[in-house]
Amino acid sequence: MSGHSITEPTRRQKWIAAVLVIAYTVIILIPLLWIISTGFKSPSDAISYPPKVIFTPSLEGYVNLFTTQTRITPDMEATLPPPETWYERLVREKGMVIAGPSRYGQRFLNSVIIGFGSTFLSVFLGTLAAYAFSRFRVPIKDDLLFFILSTRMMPPIAVAIPIFLMYRQLGLSDTHLGMILLYTAVNLSLSVWLLKGFIDEIPREYEEAALIDGYTRFQAFRKVVLPQAAAGIASTAIFCLIFAWNEYAFAVLLTSGEAQTAPPFIPTIIGVGGQDWPAVAAGATLFLLPVMIFTIMLRKHLLRGITFGAVRK
Amino acid sequence: MTRKMADRLAEATPPGIARKIGGLSDRSLAWLFIAPTIFLLLAINIFPLIWTIRLSFTNYRVNRVNADVKWVGLRNYERILTDPDIWQTMQVTAHFLFWTLFFQVLLGFALAWLINRKFRGNDLWTTLIVLPMMLSPAVVGNFWKFLYQPQIGLFNYMVSFVSGVDPASFSMIGSIDLAPWAIVIVDTWMWTPFVMLICLAGLRSIPDYIYEAAEIDRASKWRQFWTITVPMVLPFLMLAVLFRGIENFKMFDLVVQLTGGGPGSATEVTSINLKREAFEKWRTGYASAYAVILFVTIFGLASIYVKALNRVKER
Repeated sequence: MSGHSITEPTRRQKWIAAVLVIAYTVIILIPLLWIISTGFKSPSDAISYPPKVIFTPSLEGYVNLFTTQTRITPDMEATLPPPETWYERLVREKGMVIAGPSRYGQRFLNSVIIGFGSTFLSVFLGTLAAYAFSRFRVPIKDDLLFFILSTRMMPPIAVAIPIFLMYRQLGLSDTHLGMILLYTAVNLSLSVWLLKGFIDEIPREYEEAALIDGYTRFQAFRKVVLPQAAAGIASTAIFCLIFAWNEYAFAVLLTSGEAQTAPPFIPTIIGVGGQDWPAVAAGATLFLLPVMIFTIMLRKHLLRGITFGAVRK
Repeated sequence: MTRKMADRLAEATPPGIARKIGGLSDRSLAWLFIAPTIFLLLAINIFPLIWTIRLSFTNYRVNRVNADVKWVGLRNYERILTDPDIWQTMQVTAHFLFWTLFFQVLLGFALAWLINRKFRGNDLWTTLIVLPMMLSPAVVGNFWKFLYQPQIGLFNYMVSFVSGVDPASFSMIGSIDLAPWAIVIVDTWMWTPFVMLICLAGLRSIPDYIYEAAEIDRASKWRQFWTITVPMVLPFLMLAVLFRGIENFKMFDLVVQLTGGGPGSATEVTSINLKREAFEKWRTGYASAYAVILFVTIFGLASIYVKALNRVKER
C-alpha cells in the first residue's frame, strides 16, 4: 500500500537523503576508528605529523597496557637471559624489562563484576516494582512513580558527598558491594519506568485467565507475565549494563583501589613523559568494543528501548 | 468483560480464603514487590539528600574530624549566591547547555527527517550513528583530548586540511576562547543521536493519511512541513530537550576528562566546580548548600518545562 502512497519520497529524494546521512555517519565514526587504529600504532607513529592513516601495526600499546616496565642499563641487560616471548622481546628492544602485570586487567574485571551485579539487581527489583505498579492498586502510586523518576535529576556529585560519608561509616567505600548497590539505586528509576511500560502492554486477560485456572498471583506473574515481558526485560538490562559500564563520576569519587572500574583508570595510564596514547587507545578499544558490538547486534531492542523509555516518561 | 468478572470474583472471595488460595493477598504482594525498590532509593538517594540538606546549614569539613561542627544557618547559601565565581560557573554551564541543545536539536531533527526518507539500508546507518552515545563519556572524552592536540591531533589536522589554518596555531582545549566550543563539539558528537532517535519516533508516529489529506488540499510540501511535521514532532523534540537539558546541567565526566574545567575556569561547569569545593577544598557544608541549590534549580526548571510541554501536547 504505502509503496504507492503519494507520501512516499521520490527516488531522487531518497538518494540525497542517503548521501547526506552516510556522509554524517562517516565523519562521526572517524574518532572511533582513530581510537582503534591508535591502539595498534607505535608511540612515534601515534604522534607523527601529518597523522598517519597507513602504518606498520604494532602491539606495543597493548603490551604497555597490560604490563608495568622498568628501564635497565645495558650492563644489566647483558646479565639477563634472552627474552623468551614476543612481548618480552618487544619491551627489551626499548631497553626495558617487564616488571609485572599492570592493574588494567583487575580494573576491567571490576567493571564486569559491578556492571553485571548491578544490572541483575536493578532489573530484578525493577521488574517486581513495575509489575506491582502496573497491575495493583497502589496508594499514592503517581507520587511514588514521580519520586522514583525525580531521583534521576540529582547531579551525581551532589549525592556523592553524603554517600561518601555514609559508605565510610558502613565500610562500603571502595567495595564491589557498595558500587553494585549504588548503581542499582541509580538504575532503578529507569528500570521501573521502562519495565512498567513493557508490562502495561501485556494484556491483563492472560493473567486473569491463569488466575481463574487456579494459579496464584505469584505463579501467574512468574509463568505468564515474565515470559511475555522477556524482550522488554532484556532491553532494560542492556540499558542498565551500559550505564554501569560507562559510569565515571561515582566511580572516581568513591573508589580508588580495590573496586575501581575501568573508566577512571584508563585516563590515568601514563608512559614516559605524559600519556601513553597507544596504551590509552588500546585500553579504550578493549573497553568500548564490547559496547559497540552489543549495540550493533542488539540494535532492534536498543533503539526501541531508547525512544520507548523517553517517550513514555 | 473478563476483567470485570475477575474483579468481581476477587471482591466476592472472603479475604481469609483469598490468602489461602493466593499464598499472599494482592495487597501484600504489591508491597512485597515495591518495598525493596523504595527501600533502596530511600537509602541511597533520599537519605543522602536529607543529609546533604542538613550539612548545608553547618560548617562541617570532612577532612577536619575533630573540629567543632557549628550551625551556621543560611550563611553558606548567602555566600554561594553572592560569589562571583559561582555566577561565572553558571554562565559557563548556560553557554554549554544552550549551544549543545541548539546543535543537537538542529542536527538530530535534520538526521531524523533524512532517515525518515526511508532509503534502503537506513537501519544500518541509524545503528552506526547511535554508536557514540553508547560509549563511556570519560573514556571517549579523554581520547578527544588527543584528537584536539595542536600539531599532532587529528581534529586540528582536519580543520587545517579544510580551512588552510596552520594546525599548530590553535589549541581547542588550551585556549580560553576555544575550549568552551571544544566541549560543545564533543557533546554534540556524542548526543545528537539521542535527539535523532526521539525525533524519528515522532516522525514515525505521524499517520500517512494526514499528509495524503494535505496533498488533496494541494498544500505545498513546504507548508506541509511547517503545519504538519513540525507541530507533530514538537512534543517529542521537547522531551528530548528535557532529557538532554537535565543531563547536561549535571555534566561532569566528559568535560572533566576533556578539559578538567580549564584553561583557568573557562569550561568549569557547575558539577566540576562543586567537585572542587567538595572533594578538593573539602568544604563539605558549603558544597552541600551548593548541591541543594543545583538540585532545586534543576528540579524547578524541569517542572516549569514539563508544564509547558503538557500545554504543547494538549494542543
